[in-house]
Amino acid sequence: MSTRMFGARIERNVDPKLLRGEGAFVDDIPLPDALHVAFLRSPHARARIDAIDTTAAKAHPGVVAVYTSDDIGALDVEMPLLIPHPSMTNPQTQRPLARGDVHYVGQTVAMVVAVDRYTAEDAAGLIEVDYAPLPVEMDLVKALHDGAPRVHAAVPNNLAAHFVQTCGDPDGAFAAAEHVTRITVQVDRSTAAPMECRAVAARWEAVTGELTVWDGTQAPISVRGGLASVFGIDEDKVRVIAPDVGGGFGQKVLLFYPDELLVPMAAMQLGRPVKYIEDRRENFIGSSQERTQIHTIELAALKSGEVIGLRDFFLHDTGAFIPYGIAVAQVASTSIAGPYRIPNIFVEFKAVYTPTVQVTPYRGCGRPQACFAVERAMDQLAQELGLDRFEIRRRNLIAEHQFPYEREGLLFADGLKVTLDSGQYAKALEMAATELGAEDFATARAKALSEGRYLGLGLACYVEGTGLGPYEGGHVKIHPITGKVYVNTGLSTQGQGHDTVFAQIVADQLGVSPQDVIVVEGDTKAFDWGVATFASRAAVVSGNAIHKTAIAVRRKVLQAAANMLDVDIASIELRDSAAWVKGSNRFVPLAAIATASNPLRYAFNKAAQAATQFAPASKHDGPPLAEGEAPGLEATDYYSPSQSTWAYGVHAAIIEVDPGLCTVKIRKYVCIHDCGNMINPMLVEGQVMGGIAQGIGGALYEHLDYQADGNLANASLMDFLVPYATEIPDVSILHLETPSPLNPLGVKGVGEAGCIAVGAVVASGVEDALRPFGALKFHHVPLSPTMIADALEQAGH
Amino acid sequence: MKPSLFGYQAPTTLEDAINLLAGDADAVVLAGGQTLLPAMNFRAANPSLLVDIQHIDGLRGIAVGADSIVVKAMVRHRELELDEAVQRVNPLIAEAMQHVAHIPIRNRGTVVGSLCHADPSAEMPLLLVLLGGSVIARGPSGSREIAAEDFFHSFLTTARSHDEIVIEARFPLLPPKAGWAFDEVTRRHGDYAVVGVGCVLSLDGSSRVSGVRLAACGIADRPVRLKEAEAALNGTALGASDLDAAVAASLASVTQPDDINVSQGYRRRALGTLIHRMVARAAQRAQTAGAVS
Amino acid sequence: MTRMMKQAAPSRSADAQAEVELTVNGEVVRRTVSVRMLLSDFLRHELGLTGTHVGCEHGVCGCCTVLIDGKPGRSCLTLAVQANGYQIRTIESVAAADGTLHPVQQAFKECHGLQCGYCTPGMVMNILGRFEETEPLDLSDEGIRELLSGNLCRCTGYLNIIAAVRRAAELLGRS
Repeated sequence: MSTRMFGARIERNVDPKLLRGEGAFVDDIPLPDALHVAFLRSPHARARIDAIDTTAAKAHPGVVAVYTSDDIGALDVEMPLLIPHPSMTNPQTQRPLARGDVHYVGQTVAMVVAVDRYTAEDAAGLIEVDYAPLPVEMDLVKALHDGAPRVHAAVPNNLAAHFVQTCGDPDGAFAAAEHVTRITVQVDRSTAAPMECRAVAARWEAVTGELTVWDGTQAPISVRGGLASVFGIDEDKVRVIAPDVGGGFGQKVLLFYPDELLVPMAAMQLGRPVKYIEDRRENFIGSSQERTQIHTIELAALKSGEVIGLRDFFLHDTGAFIPYGIAVAQVASTSIAGPYRIPNIFVEFKAVYTPTVQVTPYRGCGRPQACFAVERAMDQLAQELGLDRFEIRRRNLIAEHQFPYEREGLLFADGLKVTLDSGQYAKALEMAATELGAEDFATARAKALSEGRYLGLGLACYVEGTGLGPYEGGHVKIHPITGKVYVNTGLSTQGQGHDTVFAQIVADQLGVSPQDVIVVEGDTKAFDWGVATFASRAAVVSGNAIHKTAIAVRRKVLQAAANMLDVDIASIELRDSAAWVKGSNRFVPLAAIATASNPLRYAFNKAAQAATQFAPASKHDGPPLAEGEAPGLEATDYYSPSQSTWAYGVHAAIIEVDPGLCTVKIRKYVCIHDCGNMINPMLVEGQVMGGIAQGIGGALYEHLDYQADGNLANASLMDFLVPYATEIPDVSILHLETPSPLNPLGVKGVGEAGCIAVGAVVASGVEDALRPFGALKFHHVPLSPTMIADALEQAGH
Repeated sequence: MKPSLFGYQAPTTLEDAINLLAGDADAVVLAGGQTLLPAMNFRAANPSLLVDIQHIDGLRGIAVGADSIVVKAMVRHRELELDEAVQRVNPLIAEAMQHVAHIPIRNRGTVVGSLCHADPSAEMPLLLVLLGGSVIARGPSGSREIAAEDFFHSFLTTARSHDEIVIEARFPLLPPKAGWAFDEVTRRHGDYAVVGVGCVLSLDGSSRVSGVRLAACGIADRPVRLKEAEAALNGTALGASDLDAAVAASLASVTQPDDINVSQGYRRRALGTLIHRMVARAAQRAQTAGAVS
Repeated sequence: MTRMMKQAAPSRSADAQAEVELTVNGEVVRRTVSVRMLLSDFLRHELGLTGTHVGCEHGVCGCCTVLIDGKPGRSCLTLAVQANGYQIRTIESVAAADGTLHPVQQAFKECHGLQCGYCTPGMVMNILGRFEETEPLDLSDEGIRELLSGNLCRCTGYLNIIAAVRRAAELLGRS
């Protein structure tokens, strides 16, 4: 089989298992005799804990242990600050169980371990806590005022971080501007809401001194390192497995959640496996959220529409703690100029503590907010200058000949200045216009208006820095018995299809079918050098590492096959799981080559016998295994990107608004995206479409309703509106493939692409649709019917 | 989210079920469970005893009579929705039921259960009020019929006393040649109605309104019969000013305050829009029905 | 951390127990379980049929959907005791005994209708249940969305699932 697999729309290897219900998610893994955890969580956003009485809980039948912060020994400390940064003053992280104070509704106060979850919940309800509630300030702006109620006593003005970045000469640009537009926009808080909530199970083997932890995490290696460190166990004795995981979207990359430390602790102390299966309510009040930012952005422009300067000041809500540092705000800052030249940039943010669930990255990681700000500003600028919205973007997009385009002074998450490496931005914009039918839209809109219907066109462009380092690894091994290829890397998958995508890369190098490539990841015992799955980096970093590794194995295979077939290495080609002499019927199966490459004393099977028909795999004098050689067909290699590689795209839509019911319907949605070379376009489309659906959620439906007292009023899927199929329109996804010049595969990441521009597109389209009613502004997402009704009312309709 | 502990009984006679309820102030009826179980899983409801009525004889079946459709207590939503005889005599019911949650919920949840739960945003209570139906409640002292207008007292509260079981609901047929319409606005498909409006309307020979019933859900603590609007429409030719007057007359019925879903102002706007549209749609159907006589 | 407590380990709760007998995937099962055990937990943990997933326990997400007396229903909103005498079918009953995928499952695979796979069993059971009804299928864009509304998916954005329903109808000769 010589069809190239890279770029092929092949079906996934993992699907049959999942479709038959044979997936092994954490709660599916049989752990006989396991105990079950429930947490007592704070009902107050801010309160002092004056006393905790666990007597009744401990005495409850079926309860094995109840823990408060007094009972967890060395774990009773603040959990790690994962990404330090000098912009943070006195960064706060939470303890596994609250001591002294609680800082958000949902914070863990006590842990119950019992025979089953039902009983554990009963017991949690029997714990008596004396809280002395404290005042709270939920408003992001007011939280910064002197005297505002503090989330942390030690942090005045609730200021978690303050960071300014400058590129070029923004003051000069604004002084030279012929027109300045200014806008304030807001994006509201949402949550990843994966279908599988978080889950952790742990088992301690006293005999071997090994701790095994099953964790629905995006970062098993990092969790393993952390656990080994915290518990003072050798890393080799700690195994973390991310089995099948039901969606991550960033929420599951944070470590540690309290349960990730407490469940292993309990397993080690109690001598039985312990499981914590987060329920949906807990996911809403305990697992990370993201999105709230308020941007005041100004564009300095010439009358031609060329934007010569940008100033953005934003408030970023970091929730009650900041364990992931300023990552979300930093990504937002460095994405603020989008795909536009804008050579002079000033971006400043203040990260603010609020007594709410902590904020760590959720798919998009600040890019949706930045895109919303700059795209709404571009729309407003276009309107003020009397320019078409496509045209103003045309005039500002970075041109092909300008790559690599640097933004000196803006440091991306890779620690380097933003450098947009490649793309065809203008072409993408044209493709969007054509696919949407932008030229004919005016006519379509007029016709609709005559029928009493209101159509609008929405448009937004985005960029996405992807492929973050520091590195990932690959391990490839051809199995001697079956000739199948085993591949490992340090990532884990939550639905992205690594098992197939990585198989496609290896298949091309080794001439095997992707179905014969078995990818095992997410297990520190299989591979334990690496970071995690997040930030749209798997294809770039692990993909290239696996590619390099497969090339190394290929070299070994070719040499061994040449030896075994007694020909020149140049005469060998690999296909159909064998090495062939080109232009002949002579071949040797990979299994035989693998067997022959391992000079064993004992022959076990047919492959070993078959191998003896050929010349030896290695031509050398001396011992069976030559100095410097390794047995078998196996290699390990790593890829460390020099910098991030930047994907981009353009979204456009035709949107209908019903002013009577203030409902929004997306009539047509077009997405042009470019993630460089695509390994499996079908999977890429799946990622993009999933992102778009989350983007639609954030544009129109998903809003976490924190009340004035800090309570989350809609902590359920009944009231937090994740879109159903009925809310998601057909979407036309067109691919542009501008290979990345930065890595051998020419790939860029795409995991987060879909969700970035949607909010801006929808707001832009709704504004356009309601233009007959006046210059209504929509600068706040999610856009609710009430907001539309209010805007119409204010305009006298 | 697991429920707290409860006792469970599955009586086979109505008498036993009633006695169980009478004997425990915190006992509740379990029929379809689609509303009760979520509340119990959240521990928002913590009954001491569940009285499961699914095995009681005589609580199944739909009977279409000369002037009403009788729906017994254990009839699932989906059964009523798909019943062809019902569709023939009152197509409004099936149309409204498309909006009740989602099919898997309708497969299990019961019509009578929804009526007894009395969520002011629910479609079935609105239907009962709109059509002027009733329920039959059986208690220790026997049976009584409770008209829709007397059944829904307020938020999640009905005229049923603790030891009564509603054994059937009665939905009137549509008047001959009447037009009808139902629609609601929701945030997502299948969610509880933010505002829902139903209309049944008859026209005389000169296309003037000879009878109209108009009701809404989601605007107050129970479904509301919009009598002022009906008065504004009766006898008219449904001109623009008549519709406007009907809408104006019903705005005061919107008492549901701002909530996490929408503002009160939005509800008023949506109510007005739906009244316009449902009256128009019902009138169109009445015209068609009148033309095909 | 190295000190271990020897446990006189409890293994059952003090809940009142109830006997349940029902048919699951064609097999009659009898168990004694807590009176408050949810059917979802019964299937998963008493019977080891972990293909049915739990996403919310309030009936909204649809991950726990099984066939209850032939019709799609939420196992998280059903008590095990309530299910006495019921016929339940779970995802484990759908593929052939030798693992060959049912046309609905095959369609999902062809159309990339799943990513993480967590919502998938509930989706498949909902679709299968609907296909097994005699009511005519509405395979329009709106009709299929209507069928799928009530099953949340956070990964796919639904379009491929809609395509899978159409493809399944084709494979089953139901177009």
